[in-house]
Amino acid sequence: MSASGIIFSNIHDHNIPELTRLRTVASVPFACRYRFIDFTLSNMVNSNIFNISVITQYNYHSLMDHIGSGKDWDLARRSGGIKILPPFITAYANSMPSMYQTRLEALKSVNYSLSRLTDEYVVLSDCDVICNIDLNDIIAYHQRTDADMTIAVKTVELTAEQAKTSVLLTSDDDGRITDCIAYPMDFEGKADMNLNIIVMKTKYLQQIVLDAITHNHTSLTRDVIARNMGHHNYRVYKYDGYFACITSFTEYYKHSLELISNPEAREALFNVKDRPVYTKVRNSTPAYYSSTSNVKDSFIADGCVIEGTVENSILFRGVKVDRKATVKNSIIMQDTIIGEGAFLNCVIADKNSVITDGKMLSGAEAQPFYVPKGKII
Amino acid sequence: MYKKQECVAMLLAGGQGSRLYTLTEKTAKPAVPFGGKYRIIDFPLSNCVNSGIYTVGVLTQYQPLVLNEYIGSGKPWDLDRAASGVTVLPPYQGKAGADWYKGTANAIYQNLSFINRYDPDYVLILSGDHIYKMDYAKMLDAHKATGADCTIAVLNVPLEEASRFGIMNTDDDLKIIEFEEKPKQPKSTKASMGIYIFNKKILEKYLIEDEADPHSAKDFGKNIIPKMLEDGCSMYAFPFSGYWKDVGTISSLWEANMDLLGDDPEFDLKDRSWRIYSRNYSDPPHFIGKYAKVTNSQITEGCNIEGIVENSILSSGVTVARGAYIKDSIIMKNVTVGEGATINYSIVDSDTTIGAGCVVGRTKNAGDDVTVVGSDLELKPGIDIPGGEMVSAEWLADHEQK
Repeated sequence: MSASGIIFSNIHDHNIPELTRLRTVASVPFACRYRFIDFTLSNMVNSNIFNISVITQYNYHSLMDHIGSGKDWDLARRSGGIKILPPFITAYANSMPSMYQTRLEALKSVNYSLSRLTDEYVVLSDCDVICNIDLNDIIAYHQRTDADMTIAVKTVELTAEQAKTSVLLTSDDDGRITDCIAYPMDFEGKADMNLNIIVMKTKYLQQIVLDAITHNHTSLTRDVIARNMGHHNYRVYKYDGYFACITSFTEYYKHSLELISNPEAREALFNVKDRPVYTKVRNSTPAYYSSTSNVKDSFIADGCVIEGTVENSILFRGVKVDRKATVKNSIIMQDTIIGEGAFLNCVIADKNSVITDGKMLSGAEAQPFYVPKGKII
Repeated sequence: MYKKQECVAMLLAGGQGSRLYTLTEKTAKPAVPFGGKYRIIDFPLSNCVNSGIYTVGVLTQYQPLVLNEYIGSGKPWDLDRAASGVTVLPPYQGKAGADWYKGTANAIYQNLSFINRYDPDYVLILSGDHIYKMDYAKMLDAHKATGADCTIAVLNVPLEEASRFGIMNTDDDLKIIEFEEKPKQPKSTKASMGIYIFNKKILEKYLIEDEADPHSAKDFGKNIIPKMLEDGCSMYAFPFSGYWKDVGTISSLWEANMDLLGDDPEFDLKDRSWRIYSRNYSDPPHFIGKYAKVTNSQITEGCNIEGIVENSILSSGVTVARGAYIKDSIIMKNVTVGEGATINYSIVDSDTTIGAGCVVGRTKNAGDDVTVVGSDLELKPGIDIPGGEMVSAEWLADHEQK
C-alpha cells in the first residue's frame, strides 16, 4: 500500500478573512508555534505519506516561506517529498485566466501533475481541520470495504449557527453514503460532519478529473458524489478522536483557548506516541520569566520574554510582555510586543504588532478584538 | 571540489570532562546540555559561523554518539554546505595502524589531510569546553596585522586565580615572551583561552616534528607552544574581554547556567546581533497551569508546569506536578518531578523521574555543593538526597539496601 497526498491550501480562506487577508488558510498560525498545514502535513508524514502536492491559488508567499524545502517535516526528498503547485496559467490562453472556485476545479487545474502520480492511493485533505489522525486507518477501511471513495466524518452535536457552515453526510447502517447536505439553513442536532479528508484510488481520482474536464463538472459534491452515490461505493469513515474545524474567526478563538481549558484536547493533539506534530523550527531562546512575571493557565512558545501578567492566553514565539502589562483570554502571535501597563482582554493580535504602553484593548468572547499584522496601537 | 578557504577551524571535542562526573558518563563534554536548549558545542560552532568561518572539523573521541547525532549534517548552524561546512573527524585506522588521538596536537596531526584539502592560510584551533561569544574574525585580523606565526587568545583573570591557567607573559606590544603552565607565582594575568590561530605552514611543520619526538605528550600547551617560543617564532597574545566561562566542573556549569537569568543577565542569549544556534525540535509549546508560579526562570518547549519554579532553567519536556518546588536548579530534558517534591540547588540530568515528595539537595545557603542526579534514574517517592550528593544508579542501589 502506498499513498500520495494532495492538500488544498486556499479552500475556506473566506471563513476567517481577518487571518487570511495576507495568507492562505494553510498558513494561519495556530497553537503558539504551528500553522494549520502543519497538522495536515504531520498526519500525512506520520502515516508514511511522503509524496505530497500542495495546491495553491493566491497569497501563498507565507506558505512557501513556511514550507521551505520541506525538511522540517522530513519532506525534502530525492524522490517524492513536497511540491507546491501554484496556479497554472498559460500565456496563450485566449480567455481570461480562470481561477478555480471549488475543490474539483482545483483538481482540474493540476490535472497534469495528478496524471503523473504513481502511488496506488491518494489522500485529499484541507488544512482547516485540526486533528492528529492515523490516515492508514482510513485507507485500511477503504480497502476492507472495497470502496470507491471514503470520506472521513465526525459525529457532532451542531447548533443551527454551526450547521450553516458545515457539509453534512448521511449514511446507511453499513456506512454507504446516502445523501450530502451542504450548509443547511435550518438544522440542529446530531450529524456527521464532513472532515474533508478523502481517500480513493489514484486511478479513480484521475478518472473523476478527466470526466470533469469532458463534462465540465465543477463540484465534487454535486457532480460526483451526489450523482454517483447510488451506484458507486462511497463510504464514510467515522473518526471519533479530537478535532477542531475552524469555520469562523470566533471558532478560531474558541478552539485556540480550548487547548488551555481542555487537557484532553491538548493531549490528543500533541501527545500521541509516534505521531508528533512537526513545524518549521526557528532558532529561539527558551522563554524567560522575570521575577515580576505572573503567568497562569497559558500555552507559551520559546523566545517569549514575560515580565507582566498572563492568564488564559496563547503566546506565540518571541512575544514580549512588559512589566505591569496584563494579557487575559488572548492570542498573541509571533514577535508581538505588549507595552508596559497595557491591558488586553479577548484580543487576537497578529504577528509583529505592537501594543504601546498603557493601552487598553478588549473584545468579547463572541467577537474578539483583532489587531492586524504589523499594526502599532 | 574543495575550494580554498582562508581559515579552517578545528574544534577539539574529544574530551571526557571527567570533572562533570555523571553528566559525562554517556556523553562527551561538548555535548553536555546548557541553558535549556543548547549544548556546549553550540557556542564555538555559532561563533565560527558568526565570524564567517564555514569550514569546521570537529574532532571526536570520547562517547561520540550523542555528539555525532547532534551535529548531524550541520544544518542548525548553516554548516551543511556544498564545498565546506562541518565534518566530524573521529580517530581512524590507517595503513600504518590504528591510533586513538594521543593528545590535542596529535589529533590535529592525524587530520592534516583534512586541513590540506582546503589549502588554508590559517588554522584556528578551538575547544568545546567554554561558554562565550567571540568574533574570531577580529582575532584573525590581529593575527594578520602583526604578521605572527601564532596568535593566542588571552583573558585577564584575577591574580589569585592565575595559577590555575596557562599564563602568557608578553611585552607591551602583546608579543609573547614566556609561557608558563599553571605557574605558582604568576607574572601576568593573561590566561590562555585555548584558542589559537596558526599559520598553516608553520603549524604543519611543528606538528610533524612533534609527532616524531617520542618524549612529547603531543599537546599544544605542553609541547607545541613552548617549542615554538623556544625557536623564536613570532607569537602574539590577542586580548579578549567579555563573558567567558570554562564549564569543566559541576559548580562552574551551574554558575554559567545561572548567569543567563535576571533582567540584565551577565550572559545574554537573547542578543540578536550574535545569535547562538542550536538544534531545535518540534516539541509542543510549554503549558503553565493554574497552580503554577514561575519567576526568574527559563522554560523550554514541551514543558508542563503545575508547580513552583524559581531561579531555574528547565529543558524541553520537563513535567512539574502540582505542589512541587524547584529552586536554583537546572533540570534537563524530559525529567518528571512528582507532586510535592522539592529540588534545591541541583542539576537533574535528562529522562530522570523524581518521585512525589522527594527532597533533592539543600538550599543554596546551606553551604553544600551542587547536588547532581544522573540521567535515566527513577527516584522512588519520598527519597531524601542530601546536599552535594552525586546520585547515580549505584548510589540509588546502595541507598535502597540501607
